[in-house]
Amino acid sequence: MEPVRNAIKMEHITKRFGSVVANHDINLELHKGEILSLLGENGSGKTTLMNMLSGIYYSDEGQIYVNDQPVTISSPKDAFDLGIGMIHQHFKLVDVFTATENIVLGLKDEGRLDLKKARHKIQEICDKYGFEIDLDRKIYEMSVSQKQTVEIVKVLYRGAEILILDEPTAVLTPQETDKLFTVMRNMKADGKSLIIITHKLHEVLEVSDRVAVLRKGEYIGDVLTKDASQQSLTDMMVGHAVSLNINRPEPVNVAPRLVVEGLTVYDELGVKRLSDVSFTANAGEILGIAGIAGSGQRELLEAISGLYPISEGSIRFYDPQGGEGQPGKELVGLDPMAIRRCGVSMAFVPEDRLGMGLVGSMGMTGNMMLRSWRKGKGIFLNRKDPEEMANHIWKELDVVTPSTSFPVRRMSGGNVQKVLVGREIAQDPAVLMTAYAVRGLDINTSYTIYNLLTEEKMKGVAVIYVGEDLDVLLELCDRILVLCGGQVSGILDARTTDKREVGTLMTNMGGDSIDE
Amino acid sequence: MNKTLKFHISKRASLPWYKSWAIRGIAILAALVVCAIVTMLMTGENPISIYSTIFYGAFGTTRRSWVTIQELAVLLGISLAVTPAFKMRFWNIGAEGQVLIGGLATTACMICLADKLPNSMVIVCMIIASILAGAFWGFLPAFFKAKWNTNETLFTLMMNYIATQLAAYFIIVWEVPKGAGKIGIINQSTEIGWLPQLGNQYLLSILVVALLTGVMYIYLNYSKHGYEIAVVGESQRTASYAGIKVERVIIRTMVLSGAVCGLMGLLLVGGINHTLTTTVVDGRGFTAVMVSWMAKFNPIAMIFTSLLLVFLSRGASEISSVFGLNHSFADILTGIILFFIIGSEFFITYEISVQRSAGKEA
Repeated sequence: MEPVRNAIKMEHITKRFGSVVANHDINLELHKGEILSLLGENGSGKTTLMNMLSGIYYSDEGQIYVNDQPVTISSPKDAFDLGIGMIHQHFKLVDVFTATENIVLGLKDEGRLDLKKARHKIQEICDKYGFEIDLDRKIYEMSVSQKQTVEIVKVLYRGAEILILDEPTAVLTPQETDKLFTVMRNMKADGKSLIIITHKLHEVLEVSDRVAVLRKGEYIGDVLTKDASQQSLTDMMVGHAVSLNINRPEPVNVAPRLVVEGLTVYDELGVKRLSDVSFTANAGEILGIAGIAGSGQRELLEAISGLYPISEGSIRFYDPQGGEGQPGKELVGLDPMAIRRCGVSMAFVPEDRLGMGLVGSMGMTGNMMLRSWRKGKGIFLNRKDPEEMANHIWKELDVVTPSTSFPVRRMSGGNVQKVLVGREIAQDPAVLMTAYAVRGLDINTSYTIYNLLTEEKMKGVAVIYVGEDLDVLLELCDRILVLCGGQVSGILDARTTDKREVGTLMTNMGGDSIDE
Repeated sequence: MNKTLKFHISKRASLPWYKSWAIRGIAILAALVVCAIVTMLMTGENPISIYSTIFYGAFGTTRRSWVTIQELAVLLGISLAVTPAFKMRFWNIGAEGQVLIGGLATTACMICLADKLPNSMVIVCMIIASILAGAFWGFLPAFFKAKWNTNETLFTLMMNYIATQLAAYFIIVWEVPKGAGKIGIINQSTEIGWLPQLGNQYLLSILVVALLTGVMYIYLNYSKHGYEIAVVGESQRTASYAGIKVERVIIRTMVLSGAVCGLMGLLLVGGINHTLTTTVVDGRGFTAVMVSWMAKFNPIAMIFTSLLLVFLSRGASEISSVFGLNHSFADILTGIILFFIIGSEFFITYEISVQRSAGKEA
C-alpha cells in the first residue's frame, strides 16, 4: 500500500453566506509532516476555509479527504475524531479552572476522572514539545501567550495529528512568537502536520515549508517557502492591478481639515495599538487608509471620534467656516457627542455590520433617530424628521426594504450599509470617515457608495476611507496612508503609486510590529 | 456508503405575521392534545370536562371573573414593571423583592402612622414610601452594575432574600396577637390606610394597572427614555456612540422598574389584602419575567400573556378541588402548555431542513 501523502486534501470547496461567496472552488493539500502557511488579505476566506476543517461550517460543495479517505465533517466532534485540532483566535477556556482542568474538560474517559494521571500525561506532552507552562495555574492568572499554549496542549492531548492555528502570532510579542515557532518545529519533527494562518510575511518565510495563497475567496496557488520571497508573496497576495474605472475628479480647494499629530493609544491590556501616527486629512480629498487587518485602522477612527482613550498626541480640527489662519480646535479630550457636533462623522462597518452605529432590531427610522433622538423639547421623540430622512435615503439609494420600520437586521448586508453610509452623509459632515463601507457588497452597490463618497469630496468634505481592496483604494482615493502594526509606514499619492508599492508598505519589509 | 439524514437549522429570513400566529395556534392545539392524553393516562378523567372546569374556575361566576381580572391586573402590573429593565437587557429577577419591600413600606405606614395622621395623609405617605422603597431596591443592583459591572441576575436575586427576611422580621415585630407569627388584617376596625374602593373592591387596582399599561406603552415606544432603553439593550457600544450615557440609563431605568414594583406592593397590601405576609407576592415577580418575554416586551400583548397564565393558574386550583386531584397536577398542565408556547418561538425564528448526505460517516 502506498504511504499516505496528504494529511488533508480539500477538493472544489465552495462556501457561500447568502449571496456572498466566501470560498470559491478551492483545492488545498496539506502534506504529512509539513508546516503550511495559509496567506491572504483580510476577507480572503482563510478562516472560513479552516472552519470547514474544524467542523464549525459545512461546505456547500466539494469534498474533504483526511489521510486520503473521504470524510464528512459536520461538527467539531467529527473533526476531533479525525485528529484535527484548531486553535482559534479567541480562546475557549474556562477562566476559573486550572490549565489541567481545562485540558481534560469535556473528554469522556473510561471510569472516573483521574486528574493526577491526566496531569502526568499532559506534562509528558509539554516536555516532549518544549511547552513551558504551569499546569496548576488558573487561566485568569495567565498571559495571552500562556492561554494560547494551553489551547495547543489541549488539542494535542486529544490526540490531534493535524493542527490549525488561526493567526496565532497576532497576540504575541516577538519573543513569544519565537517560542511558538520552536514548538511548532518540534511538533513537525514528531510527524504532525500544521497549518498556520497569518499575514505576516516574514513569519511565513521563517516557519513554514510551503505557502498557499488565497485572494478574494479564490485559491491562487502554492509555492515552496524556499522558492519564495517577501516580494513574490506580496504579489501573489494582492494580485495584478485591475482597472475599475471609478470616477475620480481632481480635488478642488484643498485645505487642511483634520491634523493628527503623534497619536498613540493603548488597549485595555496595555498593548500599543497606534504609535506616533501623524497625518493631515484635507477638505476636498479622499484619504485612503490601507493596511492589513488589525493594523490600527479601527483604533484610529475610534480615537478620532472620541471613543478610544488617547494617551498621547493631538487632533486639530479646522472648521470650514473658521476662515484662514484659525488656530484649529483640539478634539482630544472631548466626548463623542461634542466631536460629532463639530461635524466629524463616522460610518464604521464592522465584520458583523451591525456591531456599531446601527440598532438591528429597529427599522430605518429608528436608526436615523440614533443621530437626532436628543433633538426637540420635552420627553417625546420627534419621529417626523427621521422618518423623512429614512424615506429620502430609501429612495435615493434604492434601499431594498418593505418599509422604513422593517428591522435593519433582517435586511441584506448591502442595504444595511447603504442605510449606515447614507445616514452619515445626510448629517452634512465636515469630516466623513468610513471603514469597510463596501465590505461584502456587490459591484453595483459598491459603485453607488464610491460615487456618494466622491460627491461628498467635491462638496468640500474631508473623506477618510478605510478599505481592504487595494484596487479600489488606488482608483478612488487621492492619497493613501498605509498603516502597518499601528504605525504609518507611508503616505502615497494614489495617482502615481502602484499596488506593489502599497503592498510592500503594508507588509513592511523593513521590520514588523512595534517592539517595546 | 451509508446514507445519513442530516438536519440543518437555519435562521428564517422573515415570516409573515399570519404564519407566525398559525405556528402559535398549532402549538396551543398540540399542547391541549398532549394535556388531554396526560390527563386521561394519569387520572382517567375526561379531558373535556377538565377543560370546562378550568374555564369555570376562572370565569364561572361574576365574583370569579372579578377575582381573575384582579389577579390579571396584579400580574400585569408587575410584568409592566420589569419590562423596561428587560428591554434594556438588564436581567432583573428581583421584582419579587421589589414588590415585597414596597408592601413592607406600605405596612409600616399603615401600622405606625394610623393614630398619628388623618387617613388621607396616611395614604399619601403609603404611596410615597412604597414607591421610594421599591425604587431603592431597584437602584442598588443598577448602581453596582453601572459602576463595577456586577452581575445583576445574582444581585437582584439576593435582594429578594433580603426583602423576604426583612418582611419576616417586621411581621414578628408587628404581630397581632403576640405569638401569632402574623399581622392579621391591619386596622380592621378603623380601615385607616385602606385604599379607597371604586364601585367594588376589585376595580381600583384594575384601573391603576390599566392606566399603567397605557403609560408604559407610550413611555417605551414614544419617549426619548424609551428610545435610549431600546438602544442600550441592543448594544451598549452603539448607545455610547450615539451619545447616550449608558450608566445613567441603566440606573434610571432600574429605579423606574423598582418604583413600579413598589407601587404594586402598595396595591397588594393597601388595596387588596390589607395585611402583609412574606408570600404576598407569591412568585409573581418571576412569572412576570415570563409574561414580559412571551409578549416580546409589548405592554398591550402582555395583557394577553398574563391573562393566559392567570387563567391557567385559577383554573388549575379549581380542577384540583373539583376532581380531588393534587394541585401539582394543575402545575403539570400549565407546564405542558407553556412548554409548547415557548417552544413554538423556536419554529418561528428558525427553519429546519433535512439534507441527505451521501458522504461516508467518519
